Amino acid sequence: MADNVTPRVRVPSSASAGEDITIKTLISHPMESGQRKDKEGNTIPRSIINRFVTTFNGETVIDVTMEPAISTNPYFEFVSKVPESGTFEFTWYDDDGSVYTESKDITVE
Amino acid sequence: MNLSRRRTLALGAAAAIFLPRIGWADATTDAIAEFTGGADLTEGGALKLTAPEIAENGNTVPIEVDAPGAEAILILATGNPNPDVGTFHFGPLSGAQMASTRIRLAGTQDVVAVAKMADGTFQRASQEVKVTIGGCGG
Repeated sequence: MADNVTPRVRVPSSASAGEDITIKTLISHPMESGQRKDKEGNTIPRSIINRFVTTFNGETVIDVTMEPAISTNPYFEFVSKVPESGTFEFTWYDDDGSVYTESKDITVE
Repeated sequence: MNLSRRRTLALGAAAAIFLPRIGWADATTDAIAEFTGGADLTEGGALKLTAPEIAENGNTVPIEVDAPGAEAILILATGNPNPDVGTFHFGPLSGAQMASTRIRLAGTQDVVAVAKMADGTFQRASQEVKVTIGGCGG
């Protein structure tokens, strides 16, 4: 597991029914591409987050497949529908099998 | 065939220079074919790819894709050692089929987006990004 992996997510705390909201996510991760070499000329092995999924009350909002060309500290911005009050679940899958999760509640007024 | 040491070296050098380039172009075509299943691509249409014309730092280049009615969008960096960047799959709760992220570019090159629309057709958009400092380390 990469050190100090911290997910950060920005979701509005409330929305009106059926409104589209913009979600921004960032997770601190080195996203080692497998292309770089260390001082001795040895290739540094690839270690990235390869998948990111957002669901709302169990339904998929976005599912992203990631390759090494995604920058360090992967950032995503996207739009979601909010049909009712509920919980967003954000999940990041690491190459090494680690899974990082974060959740945010939203209230529909 | 009688290869002198000099000729062997020259051949090796030539292969080293040309092979990767051919490899990259093919890898992009292959990646698109794998995504579309060989279907035809229309240029432009609803798909919009937004990327800076000039990126000072290839390590983090902001891009945005927007394709109303798309099911999935594939992003490729044609000039990277491996052109795959990522694929966005939009679920039933996606409010708008747009997303933005930050990508790595090894050097000046075309960034390509291919969108799979809900009706099964595919659209393609590309933009050249000039990169001042490449982002693949090394």
